[in-house]
Amino acid sequence: MDKVIVAENLSLSYKEFETIISKATFSIDAGSFVFITGASGSGKSTLLKSFYGAIEPRQGQLSVGGVKMNHIGTSKLNFLRRHIGIVFQDYKLIKEWTIEKNVMLPLIISGYTSDVSGAQVQKLLAHVKLTHQAGKYPPELSGGEQQRVAMARALAHNPILILADEPTGNLDEYSSSVIWSLLEGANTQLKTTVVVVTHHIPEGLKVPYKHYHIEFGTINEIA
Amino acid sequence: MKSLKNHISLIIALFTVLASVQIYVAVDRTIAAYESHLKNDYSVIVVANKTFTPQEFKTMSSMIERSEPISTAQVLERLKGEMSEKNLALLKLTLPKFYRIYLNRFPTPHEINGLQKKLQKNSSIERVEGFSQTHDTVYKLMLLFKDVVQVFSIAIAAVTSLLILKEMRLWQFQHAERMNIMALFGAPVWLRSAVLFRLAIVDAMIATLILCFSFFIIDYYAILTLPLKEIGISVQLFNFVNDALRSLAISLGISIALTFTIVMFHREEE
Repeated sequence: MDKVIVAENLSLSYKEFETIISKATFSIDAGSFVFITGASGSGKSTLLKSFYGAIEPRQGQLSVGGVKMNHIGTSKLNFLRRHIGIVFQDYKLIKEWTIEKNVMLPLIISGYTSDVSGAQVQKLLAHVKLTHQAGKYPPELSGGEQQRVAMARALAHNPILILADEPTGNLDEYSSSVIWSLLEGANTQLKTTVVVVTHHIPEGLKVPYKHYHIEFGTINEIA
Repeated sequence: MKSLKNHISLIIALFTVLASVQIYVAVDRTIAAYESHLKNDYSVIVVANKTFTPQEFKTMSSMIERSEPISTAQVLERLKGEMSEKNLALLKLTLPKFYRIYLNRFPTPHEINGLQKKLQKNSSIERVEGFSQTHDTVYKLMLLFKDVVQVFSIAIAAVTSLLILKEMRLWQFQHAERMNIMALFGAPVWLRSAVLFRLAIVDAMIATLILCFSFFIIDYYAILTLPLKEIGISVQLFNFVNDALRSLAISLGISIALTFTIVMFHREEE
């Protein structure tokens, strides 16, 4: 099976002598659903950041989608990010853009025509049940709705990989279940690899998943 | 509303820079026109013991535009009653020749001294009167005015630059979030900063338009041109092609440089 993420002896740190992840070796298969758990400050978000190039490996090797992340150049990183969808706990929507334009962002970046991107955005907004909110701005929406917009944006360009950092951390039970079912749908229907960083894995998931737990800087697979 | 306030701040700052540059240019033009006006009125008087042709004077200095003899008839007429015909005829023969020399520009005091020395090298020239004291006063007053305007313009430009720098920090803060989000989805630098560049260009154009409109009003109601005409100066304070284009170039230059600085100093959040 193809590997989307391969890490060999990967060490991550913000400062030279404060290692957050130490010599981790693991791989994530294409089309799989992966949870990364750990206590607060254990380094799970830092690990996720390394997958989209916000932090470079201090030691060891990391490749994402076949792209080596060590000393990656800007254009290569931009190219990689155009094939990744990211969902954050704080949504990271552009406040001065409408919901429709926010969802369109990855398509604008990838250079799709307005006809193609318009149709895709309408389809996605219908999928996340927000068609009626298309012309509104993020601050006008509830947290759950904003996270659904962020999900639609993450799916807009049919990414090979979705990275989600505590995607339901700020949401109520109903909104959380919507987000989980959207992530499951992306994985089962579109065969997108999904990596989720979370404190606890939700119950009742229908997809098979892999579970990595981070403790004291080491990553262990939980059977 | 906040964004509009930021735009207005930048537009006002740009307009102030453009206005100070344009005021300096207009003052420079006015002084040049006044110099030309003074040049027409200014002449050097030469007393010689022989007759000179205009061409002979021209060969003495490249500054000399033309010369004309001053008739002595009026002076002799006044002496008619006091002197005998014979003495008057003798005086007419021995009376030196007077010339009025016009220059091709309004000279500096240094140039007048140089010209006087050049003319006096000719043994037939007895005396040269440059009216240097009156000339000096006018000239120094003009230079003082020019210097005051220059200092004033530089001071305005300096204060406005500080305002623009402050504005730049605000823009950096205001646009950082959007640029970070776009970067997360792989937007190249030009696309992330496209909005900033568009805003900067629009603000620069608006500032230039306001400047053009202001000078149009000044021109239309002859707010400055009328008083200047009264002292014999006819000058175009704002050229709606050249000055407008220069102002647009300055304004675009400043705002694009500002945007480049924001983009260059932007650091993606980790």
